[in-house]
Amino acid sequence: MNDQKALLQYTLRLADDGLILGHRLGEWCGHGPILEQDIALTNTSLDHLGRARSLYQYAAAVFNALPVADKAAFFTSVAIQKEVAEETAIDEDDLAYLRDGWDYRNVLLVEQPNQDWAYTVARSFFYDSFNSLFFKELSKSTDQTLASIAEKSLKEVTYHLRWSSEWCVRLGDGTDESHARMQQAINELWAYTGELFTMNDADAAVAAQGIGMDLAALRPQWKELVTSVFEEATMAMPTDAWMHKGGKDGRHTEYLGYILAELQFVQRAYPGMEW
Amino acid sequence: MTVHSFQEHFDKKIGSDVSIEPRDWMPDDYRKTLIRQISQHAHSEIIGMLPEGNWISRAPSLRRKAVLLAKVQDEAGHGLYLYSAAETLGITRDELYDQLHSGKAKYSSIFNYPTLTWADMGAIGWLVDGAAIMNQVPLCRCSYGPYARAMVRVCKEESFHQRQGYEIMLTLSNGAPMQKKMAQDALDRWWWPSLMMFGPPDAESGNTEQSMRWRIKRLTNDELRQKFIDVTVEQANILGLTIPDKNLKWNEERGHYDSGVINWDEFWNVVKGNGPCNKQRLDARKNAWADGQWVRDAAMAHAEKRKARKEKAAKAA
Repeated sequence: MNDQKALLQYTLRLADDGLILGHRLGEWCGHGPILEQDIALTNTSLDHLGRARSLYQYAAAVFNALPVADKAAFFTSVAIQKEVAEETAIDEDDLAYLRDGWDYRNVLLVEQPNQDWAYTVARSFFYDSFNSLFFKELSKSTDQTLASIAEKSLKEVTYHLRWSSEWCVRLGDGTDESHARMQQAINELWAYTGELFTMNDADAAVAAQGIGMDLAALRPQWKELVTSVFEEATMAMPTDAWMHKGGKDGRHTEYLGYILAELQFVQRAYPGMEW
Repeated sequence: MTVHSFQEHFDKKIGSDVSIEPRDWMPDDYRKTLIRQISQHAHSEIIGMLPEGNWISRAPSLRRKAVLLAKVQDEAGHGLYLYSAAETLGITRDELYDQLHSGKAKYSSIFNYPTLTWADMGAIGWLVDGAAIMNQVPLCRCSYGPYARAMVRVCKEESFHQRQGYEIMLTLSNGAPMQKKMAQDALDRWWWPSLMMFGPPDAESGNTEQSMRWRIKRLTNDELRQKFIDVTVEQANILGLTIPDKNLKWNEERGHYDSGVINWDEFWNVVKGNGPCNKQRLDARKNAWADGQWVRDAAMAHAEKRKARKEKAAKAA
C-alpha cells in the first residue's frame, strides 16, 4: 500500500468511527432516561460527528490528490466512480453517503446497537478510554492535519471519558439490577475491544512514517485504566477470550448495513442534489 | 398584611409592570394558570423533539445532521429551563411528567402530525418555530419573572431555529424540481396546523381574558396569528411556494392579509387525541420514562451509597 493510500484508509477509519458512533448516540436523542443525560449524550454525539467531518474533509482532499487510476479503483461505489470519471472532486458527504459497508472502515465496537443505557455506557467507555490514549499519541503525529484534529479531540475525549467512567461506576455500584445489566454489557462488548489494538496494513504503513502509532503498545495502559474504573464500579473484569475483528478491513457485523440504509436514504433516493 | 392587602400589593405590581418572583405572594389561580401554561410549554418542547428527532438518522448531509442534532438538543434545553421555571411555583418535575404521561397535561398539538420527508425539517423550523417565536416574544415581558427570563433565552435560540428551517426551504426551493415539490408538499401539510398553534379564536378562548389581565399574555391569539400570517406570506413569496389558502388576499384597508377559515374541528379532534401521531408521541415519552426507571434508581442508589461512605469515613477520622 503506498503512503497516500494508507493515509487515506487510516483517516477514513477514524472518520467512520466518529460518524457511526455519533449516529448511534444520536439515536438516543429524545429518548434518554433523564433529560439532562439526553442533552449530555447529544453533546457527545455532536463531538464525534464534528471530528468525523474534519477527518472526512481531510480524507476527501487526500483522495482528490490521488492519481486517477488509484481514485477509480479505491472505492466500490458507482456514484464515486462516476464522479472520478467526470473529474469532479469529492467531498465529506460523498464519503459518508455514497460508500457501501465494505468500504466503511470503522471498528465493529462502534456499530453495535444501543440496546439499553448499560450497553451504551459500556460501548462509550471502551471507546473513550481507548481514544484518550490514542488521540494523545496522534497529537504528536508528523501529519499536521491529523495532529491538530487530535489536539482538539483530546479536550472532548477527556470529557467523554469522565462521563462514561462516572456512569460505569453509577451503574456498577448502583442497584442489583443496574450492576447485573452493566456486567452483562461489559461481558458482551468485551469481544469487540481487541480490534481497537490490531494493526492492519494501513496502520503499519502510517506507523512506519510517524503518522500513526503502534496500537498494541497502548493496550497495557488501556487495560490499567479500564481495571481501575471497574474496580471502583465493583465490576468483574471479563476474561480474555475470542476477539472479533474485521471492521478495519471492511468486514462488518450485520448492524452496519442497517445504519447505512437509514443514514444514506435521502442521498440514495434523490442522487446528485444539494441539501 | 391581610389577604386583602396581599392582593392589593400583587395587583399594584402587575399594574406597574413589576415582575412577580417565586417568593412573592400570588393568587392561587395565577399560580395554577402559570403552572398549566409553563408546563404545557415544557412538555411541548420535549414532545417536539420527537418529530424532528425522526430525521437525525436520515439527515441528507453531515452538516444538516449536526445542525439538526444541535437543534433538537436545544429543545431539550428549553424543556429543562421551563420545567425549572415551573418548579419555582411549587411543583416537581416528576409530578409534571406524571401529568403528561397520564394525559392530564396537554402539549402543542402540532407535534401530533407526522414528519414524512426531509422538507418537513424545513417547514417545522420555518413555520412551527416561526409561530412559536410570535407566541413567545411577548412572553419575555410576562409578569412572572422566571418564565419571562427563560423566554428571553428560548427566543434567541428559536430565532436561530427558524432561520435554519427557512434555509432548508430555500435550498429545496432553489434545487431540483422534485425538491421544490417536496418543499411545497411540506408547506401544504404544515400551514394550517401552524395557524392553529395560536389557539382558538379570541371569542372562544376561555383563558385569554384573565391571562391578559395578569399580564401573562400580552397579545390575543388572533392578533398573534394575524402577525404570523402577514410575515409568513412574504417569506413564502421569496421561496416561490404557494400558501395553501385560496382566500389569502392583501386587505389594503386593514393593512393585513385576509385568510380562509381554519378547520377548528380538526384542531379539537387532534387535541382530543385523534391526531395522526398522538399515541406514538406519548408512547415514546412513556417508554423512555419507564425504560429509564432502573437508570434513575441506580443513580440515586449510588449517590446514597457514596454519601453513606463519606459520612462513615468522616466519623472514623
